[in-house]
Amino acid sequence: MKLEMKDTPGQLVSVLGPISKCGGNIIAVIHQRDPESESDTLDVQIVLDLPAGRLPALIGQIKALGVDILRIGEERLLHKRSLIMIGHIMHTDISDTVDQIDRTGFAEVSELSLMMPAINERSSARITIKTANRIDMESAVSILREVAGRKELLVVEPLEEWT
Amino acid sequence: MRVALLGFGSVGQGVAKILGEKDLDLTLTAVADSKGGIIDPGGISIPEAFSRKAKSGTCGRPKLSALDIVNSDAYDILVEVTPTHIDDGEPALTHIRKALALHRHVVTSNKGPIALAHRELTDLARRQGVALRYEATVCGAIPIIHTLQHGLLGNEVKALFGVMNGTCNYILTRMEDEGLTYDQALGEAQEMGYAEKDPTYDVKGLDTALKLVILANTVWGMDAGLKDVKVTGIDLITPQAIQLAMDQETAIRLIGEAIPSKDLLRVSPRIIPRNHPLLVEGTLNALTVVTDLAGELTFIGKGAGSVETASAVIGDLLFIRERYAGRP
Ligand SMILES: NC(=O)c1ccc[n+]([C@@H]2O[C@H](COP(=O)([O-])OP(=O)(O)OC[C@H]3O[C@@H](n4cnc5c(N)ncnc54)[C@H](OP(=O)(O)O)[C@@H]3O)[C@@H](O)[C@H]2O)c1
Repeated sequence: MKLEMKDTPGQLVSVLGPISKCGGNIIAVIHQRDPESESDTLDVQIVLDLPAGRLPALIGQIKALGVDILRIGEERLLHKRSLIMIGHIMHTDISDTVDQIDRTGFAEVSELSLMMPAINERSSARITIKTANRIDMESAVSILREVAGRKELLVVEPLEEWT
Repeated sequence: MRVALLGFGSVGQGVAKILGEKDLDLTLTAVADSKGGIIDPGGISIPEAFSRKAKSGTCGRPKLSALDIVNSDAYDILVEVTPTHIDDGEPALTHIRKALALHRHVVTSNKGPIALAHRELTDLARRQGVALRYEATVCGAIPIIHTLQHGLLGNEVKALFGVMNGTCNYILTRMEDEGLTYDQALGEAQEMGYAEKDPTYDVKGLDTALKLVILANTVWGMDAGLKDVKVTGIDLITPQAIQLAMDQETAIRLIGEAIPSKDLLRVSPRIIPRNHPLLVEGTLNALTVVTDLAGELTFIGKGAGSVETASAVIGDLLFIRERYAGRP
């Protein structure tokens, strides 16, 4: 997500505490001139990773410091992962499979491509999941693994980069 | 030093050929296959062993068995290259135990005994003051065991992962390149001699799992077995799944992965980006080692083949010759 505020001295530093207290992880800090603003001051934009459900607490703490938040960015779900499922995907209720991810509240299925070669043959699907952060992604993927296991679907996962 | 060779198939013949062609200061004094054996303290004529094998089906004489050779005093180093049996590791396990008990060095390409009894055999070799080397068991020509045991001394190895089965890699590559079904690609691999008549052991991921167990036990001193590896093979992969991966500039490959900090030993088909170093074509193998000092290292090379696998066996033989020749 993105937080934008006026870059008056000390403001940037003051929000770091609340961000880390809420389990947030700063990805980038960008200074930019707001084209709509008459004044000469710069806006600062903070791109950060925040665990699901922590946003209201963070906003509250930042406001309590007297810092004005200009905008909160749209980009809620930063992490994206595509997996491939193989098996009787339709007959095992695909919409339920998707719903198991969507109903978590912290992950959603953003894309699904299904290929069915012939009736009664195993089909294949690529499912793309979005979450706000890596921990949520791991939880979402393990839910998918569990659901697929129950439905006897094979899940092909990406090889994660070593970090 | 004197070498006895058990197994005169693809790997055994490769070893014999190199011993015959290169002057390595090693003498082949005994050789056996499943039907017979021969001992000659003065050195075996390698061309004659080949022509006997072609004519009579055995490189030796029917009266002499592999076990007779193991129990003889005709050799200093035993080269064990008989077929891999994953349930009991035999006959290799017995051959290797006996040879070590007799204070002989052992070099093997046989995954069975090393995956099943790594700790027992390495302890036995240490107590007996001899070497047990098995470079050829993992990724054929790639000197991965030597690298892990010697080349990366001082490093902590954090993870290992890679493509360790040429048969699976060939099948997946062909499905990708030609849009073949799994069965068509398997049939082609069998015709080319890359897959066995019964491909179960390769395509179900068991061969990769054995190699992973060998690597994990070697690097981290684990006492892991096949039962500790979560294994999924490639036999259920569809052409559509491959297409869906290709649409995103990725590919599907069978990956073996060991990460001790996550308590993970896993073999499974995985999606990897097209530009990833582990994405190799055909029967090639590729292995990435993650370490604290050296960072990430990736090795690519032939994982099988007569002379390629023999290269690993010969490397082990010369390592032993350099360390032990001339010692009492
Ligand atoms: N081929 C590769 O590229 C490769 C790569 C890495 C590791 N390996 C491993 O290396 C080993 C050998 O592979 P390979 O491809 O050479 O196999 P292979 O071509 O099937 O040859 C096996 C040889 O062992 C002999 N043999 C079988 N039972 C025996 C016994 N009880 N006593 C003595 N000899 C016996 C066979 O005798 P006959 O000739 O009478 O049948 C044959 O000569 C296997 O463990 C394999 O997993 C192979």
